Parts: sequence; structure tokens; C-alpha cells
Amino acid sequence: MIRFLLNRELRVEDHLDPNMTVLNYLRTQARKTGTKEGCASGDCGACTVVLGELDGERIRYRSVNSCLTFVSALNGKQLITVEDLKQGDRLHPAQQAMVDCHGSQCGFCTPGIVMSMFALGKNVGKPEKEEIHEALAGNLCRCTGYRPIVEAAEKMYDNVTPDSFNREHADTLARLREIQPRAQVELSNGKRKAYNPTTLAELALLKEQHPEARLVAGGTDLALEVTQLRKEIGTLIYVGDIAEMKQVQVFDDRIELGAAASLTDCYQALSNDYPDFGALLHRFASLQIRNQGTLGGNIGNASPIGDSPPALIALGAQLVLRQGEQSRSLDLQDYFIDYKVTAQQPGEFIEKVIVPRAADNGEFRSYKISKRIDDDISAVLGCFNLVIRDGRVQSARVAFGGMAAIPKRASQCEQALTGAEWNRDTIEKAKQALAQDFSPISDFRASREYRQLTAVNLLTRYFVELESPEVETRVTAYV
Amino acid sequence: MSNHHQNKKSYAEMLELVKQDLTTGVGRSVKHESAAKQVSGEAVYVDDRLEFPNQLHVYARMSDKAHARITKLDVSPCYDFPGVAIAITAKDVPGQLDIGAVLPGDPLLADGLVEYYGQPVLAVAANDLDTARKAAMAAIVEYEELEPVLSVEQALEQEHFVSEPHTHKRGDSAAALAGAQHRITGQAHIGGQEHFYLETQISSVVPTEDGGMIVFTSSQNPTEVQKLVAEVLGVSFNKIQIDMRRMGGGFGGKETQAAGPACIAAVVAHHTRRPAKMRLPRMEDMMMTGKRHPFFNQYEVGFDDNGLITGCEMKLAGNCGYSPDLSNSIVDRAMFHSDNGYYLGDATITGYRCKTNLASNTAYRGFGGPQGLIMPEIILDDIARRLGKDPLEVRKLNLYGGEGRDTTHYYQKVEDNALPQMIDDLERSSDYQARRQAIREFNAKSPILKKGLALTPVKFGISFTATFLNQAGALIHIYTDGSIHLNHGGTEMGQGLNTKVAQVVAEEFQVDFDTIQITATNTDKVPNTSPTAASSGADLNGKAAQNAARTIKQRLVEFAARHFNVTEEDVTFRNNHVLIRDEVMPFAEFIQLAYFNQISLSSTGFYRTPKIYYDRDTARGRPFYYYAYGCACSEVVVDTLTGEYKILRADILHDVGASLNPAIDIGQVEGAFVQGAGWLTSEELVWNDKGRLMTSGPASYKIPAVTDMPIDFRVRLVENRKNAEDTVYHSKAVGEPPFMLGISVFCAIKDAIASVADYRVSPAIDAPATPERVLWAIRDMEQHQQQARTAAVAETV
Repeated sequence: MIRFLLNRELRVEDHLDPNMTVLNYLRTQARKTGTKEGCASGDCGACTVVLGELDGERIRYRSVNSCLTFVSALNGKQLITVEDLKQGDRLHPAQQAMVDCHGSQCGFCTPGIVMSMFALGKNVGKPEKEEIHEALAGNLCRCTGYRPIVEAAEKMYDNVTPDSFNREHADTLARLREIQPRAQVELSNGKRKAYNPTTLAELALLKEQHPEARLVAGGTDLALEVTQLRKEIGTLIYVGDIAEMKQVQVFDDRIELGAAASLTDCYQALSNDYPDFGALLHRFASLQIRNQGTLGGNIGNASPIGDSPPALIALGAQLVLRQGEQSRSLDLQDYFIDYKVTAQQPGEFIEKVIVPRAADNGEFRSYKISKRIDDDISAVLGCFNLVIRDGRVQSARVAFGGMAAIPKRASQCEQALTGAEWNRDTIEKAKQALAQDFSPISDFRASREYRQLTAVNLLTRYFVELESPEVETRVTAYV
Repeated sequence: MSNHHQNKKSYAEMLELVKQDLTTGVGRSVKHESAAKQVSGEAVYVDDRLEFPNQLHVYARMSDKAHARITKLDVSPCYDFPGVAIAITAKDVPGQLDIGAVLPGDPLLADGLVEYYGQPVLAVAANDLDTARKAAMAAIVEYEELEPVLSVEQALEQEHFVSEPHTHKRGDSAAALAGAQHRITGQAHIGGQEHFYLETQISSVVPTEDGGMIVFTSSQNPTEVQKLVAEVLGVSFNKIQIDMRRMGGGFGGKETQAAGPACIAAVVAHHTRRPAKMRLPRMEDMMMTGKRHPFFNQYEVGFDDNGLITGCEMKLAGNCGYSPDLSNSIVDRAMFHSDNGYYLGDATITGYRCKTNLASNTAYRGFGGPQGLIMPEIILDDIARRLGKDPLEVRKLNLYGGEGRDTTHYYQKVEDNALPQMIDDLERSSDYQARRQAIREFNAKSPILKKGLALTPVKFGISFTATFLNQAGALIHIYTDGSIHLNHGGTEMGQGLNTKVAQVVAEEFQVDFDTIQITATNTDKVPNTSPTAASSGADLNGKAAQNAARTIKQRLVEFAARHFNVTEEDVTFRNNHVLIRDEVMPFAEFIQLAYFNQISLSSTGFYRTPKIYYDRDTARGRPFYYYAYGCACSEVVVDTLTGEYKILRADILHDVGASLNPAIDIGQVEGAFVQGAGWLTSEELVWNDKGRLMTSGPASYKIPAVTDMPIDFRVRLVENRKNAEDTVYHSKAVGEPPFMLGISVFCAIKDAIASVADYRVSPAIDAPATPERVLWAIRDMEQHQQQARTAAVAETV
């Protein structure tokens, strides 16, 4: 049984297919059709809804793709949809601004855009242009060319007055407290089952009892198996109710990221130490995905084109894997064995990710190459982390995504660099070595030759950025 | 009649009001009629309609072969799934199987032969879509594979066409080329484009007691859906009613290809007598339906030392996919626009309609025009590089105008040419020359990032080239409370057509926009309509609605003259009031009076476009009522290490005549520009060697996102320049023309690439210019540069 607020209404659901997405729940069960299906794959944002979550004394509002969110994830939260914003005849400021700025044409993407703007307003108040871009990068509009939508987001909080969510804040807070998950719950339709454990120990036990169960955190990848590949997942374990697994802690020597912490929650800690990791996360899918997606998920699905593993490998990150009462640490680079094959044992799960602090690390840079700058899957992702002392490369960690069946270090390149003088000659040799490190494939994202050439060129970019900081090297610097 | 008590205004107050202008009439930036409903989620799209208790959902199983004979087709396993109502194949279609729009070739369901990967082979209807899909996948389909034709070159080589080639010819191009001071030959692949309307194809069908159907559809062409549903069922057209309130985007993709789901659902509803809905999931939509035609274009051009074109030959080969659909007219339009705004000298332009085993490519904003229109821009870039001139200088030199230089290669005179003036204006306002200089300086100092700049024009012909389609109807009722019901044959897909047409009616009656209720396009109200396409929606339907309004208005004026014993000239409609010599009364009151005096308050209106014709045998005529113009200046920055780029700034000046609604027109211009830029940059369609579309979802097919719009985006409409032709309030069509302003981005990227070899070589790059293609073009430039250096060294030795 799961409990959540459908805006103001308490919903208690005990007989639902755990494979049902929030989008389908809204459209077919709740008969709220304002939320639209544009792609059912988390790429267009038409289905964007906002989840309100208890966070101490406040409520955090996050935009998410309802098409990728399984209903279990609603447990203990407030689900806000586009229908909930208008009060009587009065449009919400986010809606009114869209009308005033001529921000809707065909109107099909509009509910999702309004919800992204609503969450943006709740989180930052009057936003800067970059914040608007970040909030809307996961909302495709085919009609307007976006200019009037950005204008609406700029103007929506010009004359801000409290909205219904402000007015009902105390009440909502109290009601959310009431439904906070305190013990493990289950959801089933008789055929399929989902568990929401609330502690690591419960999770460990469940995973031992159900080694076949699929762990779902953000679900942004797993849900595609249901919505795109039309698979049925018999047993799901939703880890989002486990507070211990969502912690982000910064210690003197390390950053510890709970495997179920959202990428949005990891952003601050990682970007403080590694600005380029922050820049990478900005381009990691979309805000809706980052609000749900987790580092644990991005690692655990073992995709050769996941964006975080190459960066984490280059930084020397470690995983803590847990099985029952047992935990073990593993260098992240050793986790990936072959295409979609990992060192994770049945019954084992990723508990957290540990990243060394910047002071103990080298010059980190990460470069993402994709057809479209925002919300696109990398053709190539190159990450470089060199320690250079007295004109020599002391150590080199170079890792790539999109170049092999797994995220992988460029060992020959690293060898060519390590111990060598930090100069153009070395870079030329290292580039030749790098060209030998991988034999990538051709697909619709890029050809093998393009991947090879850009991988090598990224080393040039790294060298130029360190040696000649005055030289412009990134088109993404133009905003 | 209303019994509501109304606040009566005094005579003086009313006189004051009639001196003021209407605030929501023609030329005002009235908000989109659905905006408030769209932002609140209350706007109803077909899939949002309340379902019936016995609702069926339909899923079509697609072919997984590009070309094959069906050797076995057994749907009996489908019935093993609880909830399945029916599984249909081609033999279950009671009437005509073929739903080809103009020419046959599109079986509703494959009939023994599949001709593309994604073709619907069978369909299953069940209580929910998931069950329908599972059941459809359980059917047994066996194939004997045949050799597919997957490349346009192969089709061209084998003369594998869906219809015959067509040629436009002026003068002796061969002689002109032979005698030219300079000649360049070249070729370019111009990519197709997925429409990516946010709302996928959908129709919902309800059977009626007369053996007919009510069809709620998302279609640009309700009349054709009516016709085809009637034909597949084998009933007369009058049994079928189409209701089309709004689309979640169309862009041409719902001109012909919305009919398939409607017809399949209708066949299901026919057999089961249950309401049936067919909505394509995104991947199925992308694989099953056609796209913008990819083109393979070859050219040879002759020019003089100044860069003036003296002769030109082009072969434009459209990749039509497996059936004709609208390809004849689409390739024609590519040919009609292969001059853009330039006089080509002696010219021979031939269009080929290549048949390949892909989904049948179809209408998409510009309708082939963009794929032709880009060619002179590529050619002029080539000429400029060859002669070491700025491409803008060469563009200006070749514009239409001057003695003997004002007739197109299809013999339409270019009247009222706005381009020379507009280009001058934009060149100044965008600060082109200073920025050109600044970019050269930047590029000289920046080893990795290079900037590029390009100013390109658009001249786009307005009218359906199938002349008979240039007609429209409208229906207006005025009720006794003065409120107005408006219906017309056009369809609303987001472009603001309903808003504009209502503004026209508001202007005619001089009443506020809110007085007018816009209603769903419905074949019961206005019959025999043309598709809302070719940018013609407001031109045609606005005029038809204007004519309907004027018919009623004339009756009202005649009545008032009689009733009040004044002349007709004494009766004027002004700002929600009617002025009858010295008498003034609110519009609603006047309407009541007319009603009591037995005046008809309802009328249809009709319009046909004058002046146009085209003789296919001689390839001459005036296919277009007028031309719409625009120009854009784009600046980009390109990374020479990766090929990535970004649009830094775009300045646009666009001609919409006297705008019916400037805010809506600017919305069309901006949206079209970004869509056009997407077509030529990140939107890449990739098929594998089996003919399967690999970019079949938004994860792999990348339309522009918010940060892809120009960082600095400045859009202006040309002011004080009415359409010289008698269009509705002398406005101009706006849907398609600005799409081609995106070509300036393509040319700016090429300009940045050309900087790598000091602007001496014209980069050969196919569209879309993905980062990968850009990087290869940069490598070419680097090699040219290397060779030039080696040559220079050799010379000095």
C-alpha cells in the first residue's frame, strides 16, 4: 500500500500494477489528462509533473518525467500536475506568463513546460537565464523556437504574490509528515510486486530473498524497459525511501555519495571540488532526469555511454557494494567487466560511491561530445585527470565513454603520459598511444572514425586548456 | 434571446466608443485563442477525450522487412489474449484498400507485399493498448525477402521512380555553361526531417446508426480523412463526419498520413460496432510515417568574373520512399524554388521522384521548397570562394531585378521583389560588415574556435501548385444575443489560424474577439475543404470567413437602410456598435432588431485564389499568387577539434505583408527558423542496411532544445509593406517561408569551416551539418591548407 497526496487529496493505493508509470496512473486511473504523453521515454518533457517532498521544515519541489516514474515512487510525496495550478479562474503566474508572452502554439508541450517553470519558480524564485535554460532543457517544443517560453520564465515572477502552495504550505507540510514512510510497504496487483524498504538492512534482506528483483532508484533507465521494450518486471525494489542511501556527505579526504542520491543532490558536492564535473552534470540528460536519476543507477546499469562512470573512473572513485551484512569496496574501474556485465554478485547492490577530494587529485577535465548540446547521449565522453609537478606528469588517469563496450581507461595513453615531460611532444606521443587504446564502433550517433579522432583531439584540448588558458576551447562557454 | 439585464450606456458614451478603434481586430497581437486552456491543461486533444465503456484501442504490427512477400499471415494467436476484440488484415477491409492521397500505392494494411520496414501489416483491437500490442506481436507473419532499394542514388541510377521526371527549361543552359568564364560542378545530399509533432498520430472513431462513423482526428486534412474512411468502408462520404478541434503540432506530417490510423480504427469499429481509438506510440509513429524527403542534388553552374550566374543545370532527386503520396508536388516545389531569389541565367532544372523502400515521405513545412532553395545558396557560396569574394556580395549581385532578369525558370514574373531592399536593411541592422571584420580578426587569433557569418534570403511562392486546392469555405452564425459562431475549413495545429480568422471576422463586424466562438473544424459544417497546408490557411480561410461575414453584413446594412430610412452609406459598424446616421446602438441590440425583422443571420462564405495557373506540358505558368520574402543573418562558433558549434546570434527580417497578428507571425518566424536550423544541424535520420530507421525516438533523433536557439535572437517584421495582391487585409502567408531562414545557420557553419583554409575553398558538406560532418569538412580544409603551404614552399625554393 502506498500513500501520497494528489495535490491536496490523500490517495491510498493498494492494488496497482507496480509497472504502471505515474503518467498512465494520471491519465487512466485519476482521469487527469492535462499531463501529456509525447514520447514515453523521458526525452521530451511533455509529461513533466512536480513532486513535493518533505525536507526538514520545507517542501522541496522537483520536476520529474511522469512517464519514467513508477507509482511506488509517489509514496510519501505530493504529486502536483498542471491542473492543480489554476485557482478558480485565476491562472498561476507561470501559466499567466506563458499566455502573456505567447509561449504556447500547439500547446501539447505546454503543460510540461508550465510544470518545469513552476518548479523553477518554487526553487529559485526569479531565475537567471542559465537557470531557465537548465530547467527547460528537458522540455522539447517544436513550435515556438523557445524564445517566448524563456521570456515567460523570466517574467513569471515579476510581480510575485503567494500562490495556493504558499498559502497551504503549513497544512501540506503536516499532511506530508503524516504519510512519511516509516516502515517498509509493498504494492501489488496480484501479478507483480514492488517493495519500498526504508532501511539499508531491509533492502539487504530483500535483495537476498529476491535476487531476481530489479532495484529501482530514479527509474529513468529501468522504466524504459517497460515503456519502450515492453518488458514486465515481476519484482521491483524501490530504494528511494531509504534515507541512508540518499545521503551526500563531504569529508576532508572524500565525498560519499549514497547510491540513491539524485544527480541533482550530488551536483553541489561534486561541482564544488570539480567544476568540470558540474559542467558535465549540467549536460547530463535533463533536469527532470537528474532530479530522479542517481549515480548508483548510472553506474549499475553498466551502459558504455553513461556519463558519470568515465568521470568517476578518472577521479579514482570507489564503490561500496553490499550483500546482506557484508560490504566490500571496489575501484569503480574494476566494476565494469564487459558489455552490461559487472563485478556485482547476485544479491549484491551498490550502497555508495566514494570520490577523493580535489586537493588529493590532479587537474580534472571532462568533455562530452554529442549531436545536440543539451539532453543528448554522448558519442564520446573523455575525462582527464593528470597530476603535473615540476613540468612532469606524475600520474595520469584518462577514461572514456562511448569508445568501448564499457567505460574504460586509456591505458596506453596514460603510459605515454606518466613520467613524461609536460609538453607538446609528449602530447603528440600520447595522442598516438590513445589512438591505439580503443576500437570503437560506428552507430547512428557517430562513426568509429569520428570517435577515434575526437578522442585524440580532446587530449589536445586538455593540453591547450592547461597550458594556454587564454585560448577559447569550448563552444559551450557561449551562453 | 437573452433576458439578462445589461448595463445600458448613454448615447454620449456610445458615441465616444465608436470613435475608438477595436482593440482585438486585424493587426493586433491578440493571444492565441487556446492559450489559457493550454497552460492549464484544459485544452482537449483527441487522446484526452472521455473514453466509452466499451472503448477499443488499436495497435498495428509493423513489417520488420524493407521489401518482402508475405508468405504466411496468421492472426489466430492474437485471440489468445483476453480482451482482444478483433485482429484485422488487408482482407478485412470492406471497401477500397488503397488510401493513396493523389495516386494509388498506399495499402491500408500490407496486401501480400511489404515495401518498407515499419509498414502496417495487421492491426489488433483490445480493451487496452498494451494488450492490443502484445496480441499483435503474437501473430505469425512470415516473409520471403526481396532485394530492397535503400539509396536514392541507386534508385536514380535504375530510374526507379514513383512517377515521371519533370523539367523546367529557360534558354540554352548547355551553351551558357560552355561559354561561361567559370564553371563549377558539385552535389549535395540534403537530409530529410522527422516532423516530431509533440502529439503523435491519433484518431478516435465512433460508429453511427447509419453505418457511418464520427471520427475525432488530429489531421490537417479532415475532408481527405472523410473521403478515405468512407472509401475503406465502402460507404458514401455523407455517412462520415470528421471533427478536428486541434492538433498537437502538424508541420505537414498530418496532411496525408493522419488518414491511416483513422481508417484502421474505422475498419475495427465497422466490424465490432465499438468505438475504436488508434494512437501511435512515438517509436511506431516515427517508423511508420513518412518524413521530409531527403534529396540528392547535383549541379553545374557557369558564371562570370564578377560572380554573376550565366547558366545553370540542376538535377534534384527526391527520395520519395515506397509510394507517390504527395511526392509529385513536393519535387515540383523543390524545382520551383531552386532559384530562391536569384536569376539563374539559362537554366535547366529537372526533378526526379525516386522510389526507395522507406516509409512514404510526405509534406513537411516548405514541401520540398527548402530542399531546392538551399541549392543556390550552396552554389553562391562556391562561387564566392572561387572568386575570393564575400558570399553576401555575390548573393546581392544575382538577385532578381533589372532588364530581362525578372522572370523565373518557370516563366512567372517576379513582381514586387522585396529582397534587395530587405537585404540592405538587414545588412545594416545586423551590422554585417563590421561583424565580418571582427570575425576575421577573431579567427586569426583563435586557433581552436572559429566563427562564421552568413546572410541568406528567402523567396517563397504562395499557393498550392495543384491549382484546384486553392479554395476554402466558412460558416458564420450570429445568435440573437450578438454572439458569433465561426467555423471554417482550416485546421488549428498551433499556428494561430483560428485566432487570425476570428480577428478577421471581428474586424468585419467590428466586435471584440471574445464575441466570437471558434469551433472544431467539422465536415458537417464546411464541406470539401482543402488541407491546411502550403501556408495558405489564413489566406484562404480568412478570405472565406470574410466573405461569409460580408454577406451577413450586407443583409444587415440593407435592413438598417430600409428600417431607419437612411442610405446604406449611413450604416457603419464601429467598435461593438452600429452607427446609423445619428443613431447608435450596441451590436447585440442591433442584431436583435434584425432578428425581429426576419433577417437571416447565418451565411457560408467561399473563396478561390485568382490569377494562378500552371501548364505542365510547357512547364510554364504562374503557379504562385505572390511571393513571401525574408532574410536572416546568423553567426556561429565552431570547434575545430570536435566539430561542435553554437548559434551565437541571428537577426531576421521577414515579410508578412500587413500582419494580421504580429505576435503570432513573430512566433511563426521564430519557430520556423529554429526548426529550419534543426533540419540542417542536429536532426539526422539514420537507417541501417536493412532499411530500419535507427533514429526512431527523441533519444536518438535530436530536435533543437532550448539552448539551441540563438543566444542573441532579433526578429523583425517588415513594416508598412502591404501585400500588393488582394489577400485578406493584404497580409502574407507565414507558415513555411521563414523555415528556410535556417539556411543562414548552415551557411554560417560553412563560413566558419572555410576560414580554416583562408576562405579560398568552399567546404563540401552534406546536410545536416552534424558535428561529425563539420569535423570532416574541417579536416578537408586543413588538408587544403597544408597543400597550399607545401605549394607555396615549393614555389619559393
